[in-house]
Amino acid sequence: MTKFAFWLTLLLILAGLAVSRLAAAPAAPAGDAATRAALVRAILTDGPGRQKLLSDLANSGSRLVRDVLTYWTRDEIVLYAAPDGTSIPVFLEEQQDSEGKARAVRIDNGRFLADPAGREMRFASGDLNSVDTDMRLRSTIQQALDTLTLADPDPDARRSAVVKLGNSQKRQYIPILQARLPLERDAEVRKALGEAIALLGMNDPDPAVRVASINRLAQLQSLGSIDALSRVAAAPGQAPEVAEAARAAVAVINRHIANVNFFGTIFRGASLGSILLVVALGLAITFGLMGIINMAHGEMIAVGAYTSYVVQNVFGSGFGFAITLPFSMGGRLLSFGFTIPGINATGWWYQSYFLFAIPLSFLTAALAGLVVERSVIQFLYRRPLESLLATWGVSLVMQQLFRMVFGANNVQVDSPAWLLGHFSCDDVNFGYNRVFVIIFAVLIVLGTWLLLTKTPLGLLIRSVMQNRDMAACMGVRTNRVNMMTFAFGSGLAGLAGAFLSQIGNVGPSLGQNYIVDSFMTVVVGGVGSIVGTVCAAAGIGTADQVLQQVLGSPVMGKIIVLAAIILFLQWKPGGLFSTRSRSLD
Amino acid sequence: MPNTSDTIVIRRGLLSRIPANLELGGVIMAALVLVVVIPVLNVLAPAGSALHISDFSINLYGKYLCYAILAISVDLLWGYTGLLSLGQCMFFTLGGYALGMYLMLMIGKLGQYHSDLPDFMVFLGYPRLPSHWVPFRHFWFAAAAVVWVPGLVAMVFGYLAFRSRIRGVYFSILTQALTYASCLMFFRNDFTFGGNNGLTDFKFIVGYDLRSPATQRVLYLCTCLLLFATYGACKWLTRTKFGKVQRAVRDSENRVLFSGYATANFKLFVFVLAAVIASVAGALYVPQVGIINPSEMAADKSLEAVVWVAVGGRGTLIGPVIGAIGVNALKSWATRAYPDLWLLILGSLFIFIVLFLPGGIVSLPARIASWRRARKGGPSA
Repeated sequence: MTKFAFWLTLLLILAGLAVSRLAAAPAAPAGDAATRAALVRAILTDGPGRQKLLSDLANSGSRLVRDVLTYWTRDEIVLYAAPDGTSIPVFLEEQQDSEGKARAVRIDNGRFLADPAGREMRFASGDLNSVDTDMRLRSTIQQALDTLTLADPDPDARRSAVVKLGNSQKRQYIPILQARLPLERDAEVRKALGEAIALLGMNDPDPAVRVASINRLAQLQSLGSIDALSRVAAAPGQAPEVAEAARAAVAVINRHIANVNFFGTIFRGASLGSILLVVALGLAITFGLMGIINMAHGEMIAVGAYTSYVVQNVFGSGFGFAITLPFSMGGRLLSFGFTIPGINATGWWYQSYFLFAIPLSFLTAALAGLVVERSVIQFLYRRPLESLLATWGVSLVMQQLFRMVFGANNVQVDSPAWLLGHFSCDDVNFGYNRVFVIIFAVLIVLGTWLLLTKTPLGLLIRSVMQNRDMAACMGVRTNRVNMMTFAFGSGLAGLAGAFLSQIGNVGPSLGQNYIVDSFMTVVVGGVGSIVGTVCAAAGIGTADQVLQQVLGSPVMGKIIVLAAIILFLQWKPGGLFSTRSRSLD
Repeated sequence: MPNTSDTIVIRRGLLSRIPANLELGGVIMAALVLVVVIPVLNVLAPAGSALHISDFSINLYGKYLCYAILAISVDLLWGYTGLLSLGQCMFFTLGGYALGMYLMLMIGKLGQYHSDLPDFMVFLGYPRLPSHWVPFRHFWFAAAAVVWVPGLVAMVFGYLAFRSRIRGVYFSILTQALTYASCLMFFRNDFTFGGNNGLTDFKFIVGYDLRSPATQRVLYLCTCLLLFATYGACKWLTRTKFGKVQRAVRDSENRVLFSGYATANFKLFVFVLAAVIASVAGALYVPQVGIINPSEMAADKSLEAVVWVAVGGRGTLIGPVIGAIGVNALKSWATRAYPDLWLLILGSLFIFIVLFLPGGIVSLPARIASWRRARKGGPSA
């Protein structure tokens, strides 16, 4: 029951995540007609009122306004004198017919200009008078255009516009940026605005303003301005107090970079540790609790990953395979295969394939585990060393089967859109997929712990693992418990595979990369201890990432971690949390 | 985790041991065939005749025999002392590298770049020979390194492992981790051993041309002799009192410990000995195969060596030899005939042997005999 509730909760959370991401799509701009009316007024008004109208339009952030203003600066807005004496501002389409004429688009409603009979009218470029512009008007329009990009509805676009202005070294943008500051809601863009203003302020002729700007940058811990600051600090003929302030600012920002790298490393270490944890947790059950050295554990991971691949294809165009054996029977080559038709899902329905892939990965891998347990492992419970050899045989067979079904090359599993991207917190980037794996791992550990300690099944599992014969005497059906435990452990490996398919390639030897690491994790944590596995996974994951960062080489980091583990076991041969026992082994 | 249950099976395997005179006869026959018949046929039988054994085959047999020596070293640990080491291939490769370094320096200016430095060093931009490579110009230094380098590694690792009483599965996993770590290390270019290409393109060994059939024949004979020497020495060792203690450690280490034996020292000795045997096999393997690279010590190679022992029959000395030669011959055939199915065959063979024939091939005669006895005595019993 608990297990069911756990899965339901997990699914609900994931579904909630997906929906909230999908709902964030930008809404259609309202008040289109009002914007168009304002544009027409701005074009037809002459004199000081125009300035005010333009700046109002600029703050709307509308793409339409931007397009029209761009046409205006190119003198492509023309006036059509209607028969009733009014002027209608239009622009001509780029596409021209054989006579060099083009249709005219009305700015007030976006439709093509038509004569009273309703036929579309066509004009050559010289037929109509363009709206007059002069130097002042052009610069006003240009300013409005700049402001417009700053008011773009997409925060990322706003941010890149701000950064572009900040790096332009043109001080005339400062008022525009400052005008935008009180209107901006997004915290990241606000920070970028502050940085851009300060960056431009460094070009001020007054050294005092320059120093203030530099101090402001240091206060903002602006990563993007470190090059500019270094240039200022080293510039010849720079006022000494400015150079001094710049040097201090560079030092502050460098410290900040060190901090960002440090926390970024911790975060990546935690996510790596979580992956390791999910992989090792299954092993902690099959190896730690049951004593089976399951060398095919890695292949169970691959089963989960390939399940995600198949589910993705079923949501797309379908999946099929055919194997031809190199034997012939009665003159015919033996071959078999099957095809699953695809459902050709699109949009969010396709994106949600992963939500189905997760439980299916668990089930498929658990089923594979069940088959392996029934066919091989059930005979080896009293021969742990030989279980190592037999499961290695299983692993070879499975790898070859993957090659035959899915091909020897890696297959591509696309991440759903809601797992791509990242959010930043004080310049440290948190990738959604990495955050997801951490949450995922925590939930899985919690579920496993609940299953083992709070359910009748968990009680049975623990009793069989502690003393198989005694449990059998008490009427526990050890055979069935063994079967379910092994299937559960394999299913956990399948879950790990589903996640690994999101952050790396899926290939026949996927599991091989994790098998040594996960055995080490279980041994370091203390065999039979879930808590130990959790701690060991977190520790090894973080140590690996930190050493990679420090040594600048992933391989060296791994070697040192392995060496450290061997030495650690000298100190604590039973692992972090060894089970105390008076029995001799 | 009770370890004793594991040994019951081995005892059952020992019951099915081949009679001593049969084994002796078989070994003498094998020696005759390997040392006399095969080389003579290679030299005297005209090419194209049914009896001719090609230079290629001699080379292949030499490779199998190296594997057989490696298998004996695995069995000495696993079958006789109960230590399943998944790192024997690391020692095999270390020995290969030690001799490979010598062979590399013997190429002289005949390499691609016509430099005194080995090709890969020129390629990677080494200014001069790294100092730890210099003494390997001398054959005797390299030959000594084949013995002491793996011996030292085994001594240090074994001392640490046995001191903290790491045994059973944990020992297996730790040796695998050690092998994995050193494999990663050798894959690095800046470890000065040629990265993933390893050492290759050898030309001469102590002044003789490696590519001439005569040199290859001598190397083959050396491998034969080493195999028989190893076999004899291990046979002798397992019959002494030391061998008894060794098997006692396998069957019940605690009892031996409580009887006043320092089991850690016994295990350490066997571990170092097995490492040296594997290493010498590796050193003979390299000039015959012509290449050594880090993939030789990948985790699955050591497991494969364990397969040979399990297939042949552990706890006997003839079993590993039969297993190594048999499985490798099967592999040569299967990878040519059914390249896609080779792993399926190996995996299934392995599952089958572990499940149904724990004593390996050598236990087959005894099994059949006992099956016959049971059938004969069945109705009356």
